[in-house]
Amino acid sequence: MARRARVLIRPKPGILDPQGEAVERALPNLGFAGVTNVRVGRLVELEIEDPGQLEEICRRLLANPLVEEYELQLLDGNG
Amino acid sequence: MRFGVVRFPGSCDEHDTARALAQFGEVRLLWHTDRNLEGLDGVVLPGGFSYGDYLRPGAIARFAPVMEAVADAANQGMPVLGICNGFQVLCEAGLLPGALLINVSRRFQCAEVELVVENRNLPFTKACRARITLAAKHQSGRYYLPPERLAELERQRRVVFRYASGEAFNGSVGGVAAVANERGNVVGMMPHPEHSLGLGGRSADGLLIFRSLVSALEGKGGNG
Repeated sequence: MARRARVLIRPKPGILDPQGEAVERALPNLGFAGVTNVRVGRLVELEIEDPGQLEEICRRLLANPLVEEYELQLLDGNG
Repeated sequence: MRFGVVRFPGSCDEHDTARALAQFGEVRLLWHTDRNLEGLDGVVLPGGFSYGDYLRPGAIARFAPVMEAVADAANQGMPVLGICNGFQVLCEAGLLPGALLINVSRRFQCAEVELVVENRNLPFTKACRARITLAAKHQSGRYYLPPERLAELERQRRVVFRYASGEAFNGSVGGVAAVANERGNVVGMMPHPEHSLGLGGRSADGLLIFRSLVSALEGKGGNG
């Protein structure tokens, strides 16, 4: 039975994130004050027969470990 | 002399690269599924947007069958040049250190840039002057390597080109525009020599890169 999983990929701390900065700078123009430290990453959702492979999939393809970190979430059941 | 130019789905500079190289020898266009580099003296991975730049530029191209053959050839000392997207592919493949991130400006930048040639003893730089001018056009060209590893690269003289304007052009650490592997036969560069052939009054310095390769191969006694 395939498991549903979610992978959150974000720029490592200290890596400049121009997309996050652009979003952060746009917010005051919309009237939202006081929003800081915006970082933009990626979300990958998938279904996988063998969740044991997820770490390697993340390391070798979904994230670039030099500049990104990832967080795995195995979701319950087969919903 | 025979050169291979690799085409991935989404490459777009392979024909300009082939045309530039054709001034110096025979050119064979390779498809991303090819595994045979026999008879070739050098290989170029051209610019473009392989696999749509999905996930990250170069992330999917690195798993193309041709890349196994390129890695084998590189390990045996064949000159391999990655231009722009080709540079991104070589980094993702682990044949070169570092990563290329979105420009600080977030914009696709297109300009002729002045480069400082930091190492003129490589197969791709032997014929270069101390400074050259090449076209650069990319959105993800911000070279990144952690500071301690960059310092090591600098010590080993593996920073090949640096933007004369330093980090101002696209935010690359140390203004790095090109790097080499330890052996010096694999080079990745963001600027485009194939777009700087002297056409339309533009810089002709791209020819210096290809001329360097030819003279390096002649020195080694290539396939003629």
